[in-house]
Amino acid sequence: MGDDGMKINEELMILGIETSCDETSASVVRGGREILSNVVSSQIESHKRFGGVVPEIASRHHVEQVTYIIEQALREAEVTMDDVDAVAVTEGPGLVGALLVGVNAAKALAFAKGKPLIGVHHIAGHIYANHLVEELTFPLLSLVVSGGHTELVLMDEHGKYEILGETRDDAVGEAYDKVARTIGLPYPGGPHMDRLAHEGEASIELPRAWLEADSFDFSFSGLKSSVITTLHNAKQRGEEIPEETIAASFQASVIDVLVTKTMRAVEKHGVERLVLAGGVAANKGLRARISEVCEERGLKMTIPPLALCTDNAAMIAAAGSVMYEKGQFADDRLNAQPGLELER
Amino acid sequence: MNVLAIDTSTYVMGVAVLRDGQVAGEMVTHVKKNHSIRLMPAIRMVMEEADMKPEELDRIAVAEGPGSYTGVRIGVTTGKTMAWALGIPVVGVSSLEALAANGRYFDGLISPFIDARRGQVFTGLYRSRGGEVERVDEDRLILHEEWVTYVREKEEPVLFLSPDLLKHKELVGADAAINPADHLGRPSAIAFAGMKKEPGEAVHLFAPNYLRMAEAESKWLEAQKERE
Repeated sequence: MGDDGMKINEELMILGIETSCDETSASVVRGGREILSNVVSSQIESHKRFGGVVPEIASRHHVEQVTYIIEQALREAEVTMDDVDAVAVTEGPGLVGALLVGVNAAKALAFAKGKPLIGVHHIAGHIYANHLVEELTFPLLSLVVSGGHTELVLMDEHGKYEILGETRDDAVGEAYDKVARTIGLPYPGGPHMDRLAHEGEASIELPRAWLEADSFDFSFSGLKSSVITTLHNAKQRGEEIPEETIAASFQASVIDVLVTKTMRAVEKHGVERLVLAGGVAANKGLRARISEVCEERGLKMTIPPLALCTDNAAMIAAAGSVMYEKGQFADDRLNAQPGLELER
Repeated sequence: MNVLAIDTSTYVMGVAVLRDGQVAGEMVTHVKKNHSIRLMPAIRMVMEEADMKPEELDRIAVAEGPGSYTGVRIGVTTGKTMAWALGIPVVGVSSLEALAANGRYFDGLISPFIDARRGQVFTGLYRSRGGEVERVDEDRLILHEEWVTYVREKEEPVLFLSPDLLKHKELVGADAAINPADHLGRPSAIAFAGMKKEPGEAVHLFAPNYLRMAEAESKWLEAQKERE
């Protein structure tokens, strides 16, 4: 039932490497599901002063850290490279300069130690973060929400992805950051917005972009503009809207659209499991609402713990384990692909 | 000593293998193609042709910059990760020093340079002694015109070497090397220079020598100064 019959060898040991944005991470995962280590070095403190991630600076940090983080991951897992069966690395999408460091480190490692190499899609990784929590069963629907992505992905079996809908403009995390900046919150704004939303009332009616009746696509740029206009008009009238009210109203609109569209897709495709993926899956408002709705409908659901929502290499190793069993290996010519597609 | 040398700091891609301190294999291309795709296959090919197994290597030498930020990072990441995996030292060699080695039989000053856009170059000053080049003046980022004036004021014969010669021909004129091949650094020069260096720091600390701050950082520093 829902199992596609693929078995991952319990002893399979995969080293994962992830450098697609501003986190340098390495991890060892056994049997596709057991995290032996997951070392994440965040550069966020370094980028804060610029109000966002600066690609060149991210790349510089990655090259300084990469071997140290890999060594740390092996040490914490209490294994050596000789115990590792393959090296899995994020090949895209992401910042090209940042990706290049991980990809070239993985290739060097694979060549020096004679290990197979696996190129993993970053979003596949985010989805597989759930496999580290609970065994994935199919068909499943994944709501992928992050700073760069907003997608509904349908999976009928391991390693196969069909995108039902995606954002036509801003990713949901991007919309959060932009609205946060408008009301003067520090970078990264998402967590601050989430916190404020819980302290305020969603008393302002903000638009919901439903698009065409049968569409599973998203659009958040109109919502963002509407927030800016609302603030501007209030100011003209000499009124001040508390930032908690803005945050709560914005979040209500976002969650309403995300959850409604997700549930419509669940019904249409008769999926039996819903999984959340991506950095915005850390949003408390979204987690609470999705859990509530799934419980009402008796739908199986997985949400990764916070540490597995944000970028990390364990999720890359998990997705890489499935590719290993399917024999999907990369060769020496593996390259960083900033615009890599999920449906291959 | 068995050495693998890597250079991806400009459009020139170089890989060399030394066995017992002798060149066993060397490959140089000068094309506008992707280093990230081509470097690993090139390393595999040169190593295989030279019958060198990774675990036979004693050391890895890498062109540490200056040059293209991304290019340098590809070489440095590959070199340091291989070195770490194999438990051997990695040493950085200036990409300018490697290029200067092409003037090793020139009697006078040697000025290698790499285009750095907006009229600037990464450059330095070297001199040959007994067939080996040594640094006379630190590698730097400078307006090319200013640099050429400075070098000519020394009133000594000077040899300019650069993979970007075509773009800068007017300024250096007849003082550029005549043979086009001399304008491309050889990876074997990186291997030999790397062999003589003391591998000081830990592999983990090995990083590119960009010779220039990231633009966002220098702008940020400027803004801080204005605020004070």
